[in-house]
Amino acid sequence: MKQKIEVDGLNAWFKNNHALKNVSLTVPENSVLAIIGPSGCGKSTFVRCINRMHELVPGARQSGKVLVDGQDLHAKRMDPVDLRRRVGMVFQRANPFPTMSIFDNVVAGLKLNGVHGDFPALVENSLRQAALWDEVKDRLRHSALSLSGGQQQRLCIARALAVEPEVLLMDEPASALDPIATARIEELIRELRESFTIVIVTHNMQQAARVSDATAFFYMGELIEHGATEQIFTNPRESRTEDYVTGKFG
Amino acid sequence: MTSLRTRKVINYFMSALCGLALTIALVPLVSLLWLVVSRGVAGLSWTFFTATPAPVGESGGGVGNSIAGTLYIVGLGCAIGVPLGVGAGVYLAERGDSRLGDAIRFTAEVLSGVPSIVVGIVAYGLVVLPMRRFSALAGGVALAVLMVPTLARSTEELVRLVPVSLREASLALGVPQWRTSLRVVLRTALGGIMTAILLSVARASGETAPLLFTSLNNQYWNWRPDQPTASLTVQIFNYAVSPYQEWHDKAWSAALVLLLLVGSLSLAGRLLSRRRFR
Repeated sequence: MKQKIEVDGLNAWFKNNHALKNVSLTVPENSVLAIIGPSGCGKSTFVRCINRMHELVPGARQSGKVLVDGQDLHAKRMDPVDLRRRVGMVFQRANPFPTMSIFDNVVAGLKLNGVHGDFPALVENSLRQAALWDEVKDRLRHSALSLSGGQQQRLCIARALAVEPEVLLMDEPASALDPIATARIEELIRELRESFTIVIVTHNMQQAARVSDATAFFYMGELIEHGATEQIFTNPRESRTEDYVTGKFG
Repeated sequence: MTSLRTRKVINYFMSALCGLALTIALVPLVSLLWLVVSRGVAGLSWTFFTATPAPVGESGGGVGNSIAGTLYIVGLGCAIGVPLGVGAGVYLAERGDSRLGDAIRFTAEVLSGVPSIVVGIVAYGLVVLPMRRFSALAGGVALAVLMVPTLARSTEELVRLVPVSLREASLALGVPQWRTSLRVVLRTALGGIMTAILLSVARASGETAPLLFTSLNNQYWNWRPDQPTASLTVQIFNYAVSPYQEWHDKAWSAALVLLLLVGSLSLAGRLLSRRRFR
């Protein structure tokens, strides 16, 4: 199977804090990788290295190789702006643009980049993909803030999908949502897997088990174990992984 | 532990003390308003708002050209000061954590403490002397210099209030930094910035000192930026220092007009800002 993301010897720092230590792993195309681990273990930092959002934090550094489609993200020719159009991201807390309507939020990636025009088909398509269309189709011109928290998060997913990325990074996308909204997002991830490569950070181990093909366990900035989700949860090689997935710590 | 009764008494006493302080603070404000309204309202008429000043001894006349001149000069001041002030504020918020940022912030602080008459002299030296004439433009420059520091600082504060998550949302969509600053961050802070602009306009409209030897005064209508231009504040000053009683009356009426103008601008600013938080 083709490898979509290849990470080799990735280190990341915040000033003097060594947040990621020599992480190497690969993600095959059209698969879901779940990243689990206790708070502060470097999960978010890891995904933020894949779209180069990490370097935006003052004092942040990184070393090592990250390849998307075999292209080195830190090659001189790689423009972070261009990269982020190929690698979309959904954040922990829904962050729709408050000054824009639902419609404009979906096409924000195009409009903010100066692409003019009306994109009704794109909006409908993205909202359908994010399983939000039926709930908002009659009020596309309303403020994005008129939606509930779960709807806002699906709107953010639609917004990320509208720029047609190849990879979707999700940083605890359901951690602020109720169980019903969470179930919808999980269902959505399983559908999106058909056309995207997904990396999802989660605190919720059941969620990782439900939605992912492979799971990586991070602890204190190190990748402890990486393997098929089933294997990680039923037959982990490392004792620390076993302790974490069985709830002994974390 | 004091008893409930004692605490209630202390509470009552303190509340009364605060109320008293408020009343005392309100006395000058209310008496000022009362004085201006009571002395000025008699002189208000349609012609007062539309006519040019009458010569000494003639009745009638008004301050129409001064009202227009004030708006004109403040407009020029905004045209120069708002882009500079808002731009500097955005820079300070986005890139201000540097030596240059600190230097700009310090300069703005010093500048906002400079007496307005000094700003007038600077505008006199910068604009009036090279042009060899008093002009609306010179007045506009002086007001702009007064507006920029406060505008820059309040814009900075407002831009910093925009959550990082919005900035990240935009960047993660592949929007370049500068477009993110302009179209997401500035757009989100715009309501507050409009309020800040209105309030600084209200402040600038009430300035006399920087206009005395920049835009000077004019007895006629003027729309040319390179000519002396009347303003309400300078007109009030001239009327007030004159020896004629009827001109004193006109000064009161013009003061009332100015008060209404500044008051409605401030009110508009407050209403705008209140709507933002709803």
